[in-house]
Amino acid sequence: MTGTGPALVLDGVVKRYGDRTVLGGISLTVGPGELVALLGPNGAGKTTAVEILEGYRRADGGTVRVLGIDPATGGPALKARVGLMLQGGGLDPRSTPRDALRLYARFHDGGRDPEALLETVGLAGVAGTRARRLSGGERQRLALALSLVGEPEVLILDEPTAGMDPEARRATRQLIAGLRDEGRAVLLTTHDLSDLEQLADRVAILHGGRIVADGAPAELAGGGTPRLQVRLARPPSGEELADLGAVLQAIRAGATVVVDADRAGQVRIEGVPPDPRLVAAVATWCADANLGIVELRATTASLEERYFELTGDPDASSGQPIGTAA
Amino acid sequence: MAALAGSELRVTARRGENVLVTLVIPPAVLLFFASTGLLPARAGRPVDFLLPGSLALAIIAAGLVNLGIATAYERSYGVLKRLGGSPLPRWGLIGAKLVAVLGLELLQVVVLLVVAASVLGWRPGPDVSPALFVVALLLGTLAFAGLGLLLAGRLRAEATLALANGLFLAFLMVGGIVLPIDHLPAPLAAIAGVLPASALAEAFRAALGTGADGASPLLLLGAWGLGAAGLAARTFRWE
Repeated sequence: MTGTGPALVLDGVVKRYGDRTVLGGISLTVGPGELVALLGPNGAGKTTAVEILEGYRRADGGTVRVLGIDPATGGPALKARVGLMLQGGGLDPRSTPRDALRLYARFHDGGRDPEALLETVGLAGVAGTRARRLSGGERQRLALALSLVGEPEVLILDEPTAGMDPEARRATRQLIAGLRDEGRAVLLTTHDLSDLEQLADRVAILHGGRIVADGAPAELAGGGTPRLQVRLARPPSGEELADLGAVLQAIRAGATVVVDADRAGQVRIEGVPPDPRLVAAVATWCADANLGIVELRATTASLEERYFELTGDPDASSGQPIGTAA
Repeated sequence: MAALAGSELRVTARRGENVLVTLVIPPAVLLFFASTGLLPARAGRPVDFLLPGSLALAIIAAGLVNLGIATAYERSYGVLKRLGGSPLPRWGLIGAKLVAVLGLELLQVVVLLVVAASVLGWRPGPDVSPALFVVALLLGTLAFAGLGLLLAGRLRAEATLALANGLFLAFLMVGGIVLPIDHLPAPLAAIAGVLPASALAEAFRAALGTGADGASPLLLLGAWGLGAAGLAARTFRWE
């Protein structure tokens, strides 16, 4: 349903608010039929990037193209081809889903039938309820429905699954995936990492005004080094951990023991391949310390862990190294 | 644009306080002051003074109070921002609001004229001028809708709500609407004489054929209209 070029292009885009550089030259493309998730901590510049693509803000440098057109000057003709979902929704609390959809349908030539759209997003039952009485998830689905009224070629969705219960979130993910499968280009921001693994073709991580990673979810997660993860029946003492450090030092240089701060009893050994010798050494240490093993797993980092590695958010980091075997 | 104007009017009609301030208070003010004999004795009947004043009050309610407060809340809810992302051009949004205000004002004028004629026995004066009436209404709308949007485009919704209602009350008391301004204390009368409310009320008095002068109030009203609407256009923030 679209041309061949990329639907969304940010190329070296810079944005400053006064002295503060919010975007320090970011580049990102989204093609037709592609679903890209923009991920990053609060204040990373996600919404700024999205609002530059939506034409709400002008970039201070770089090139911005939406369907080949500069969104800052694209006007109504371009806006008719782009579906938006803003954070907060922008819904009038006095309006009902049916009224809102009928109104927006009038802005488009041959927009989608409001009744069918209500059915699609699962709001038929509350079509006549004022927006103020809708739940957070219902309001999100109404905002999504409004973005779809004009059969857009491009969808730019700022946190589309925020505030949804798991069921609504799953239905919304399926809906968005379906839109991508129809050939639309979709860019969404999210805080929910489970959105990404199940939904996104590509994930771009924005941190400190830069894109620090851009790739398929599995690629990003797999980019981390493999590690051995052990869940113990009780948290080990400092002395026992020191023993483990010594054992590992004896068999393998470069191993790091990491204890999860928020999950007592979980220990990771990083920096060396989780081969059988390492497993045997750890199992022996458990036997000597009389520590029960609940789970023992050789794994690569999850997307979540990779995300925290890349964004280096100290509060959110899931663990801290307690010592390195030389 | 027509769809949005219709939607604005439907939303106005649904809210009790909007109906109260735009369609109930102006006729109530007219009937109350016409029946109390509070008005200083003058040549002519009280309704000849009060009807133009109530018409001015109706325009103030539609432009400053109703449009101003509604727009302020739309801005705070992000409704204006979301509409800005739709194919509706900006002039379409402004045009829709204008059409909605004018539609509401038409209804207000009909209600007030019917109430005045049927209950108070009002008849137009000998030199009534429909053209002057329309010009006064349009300039008054420009001035008060301009003031409403000036508040709505810069202040928090709650501040706009308080200020618009406060100004409405001030205009009612000292704007030459129910009380001739020459009965106010001298310093207050000087201020009241240059307010857009008294200019609009005087212009309506001239248009309804009470023999008042129409030219200078229209000039004053035009200046307020250009000033308020121009400033609103320059300072308005969409989000």
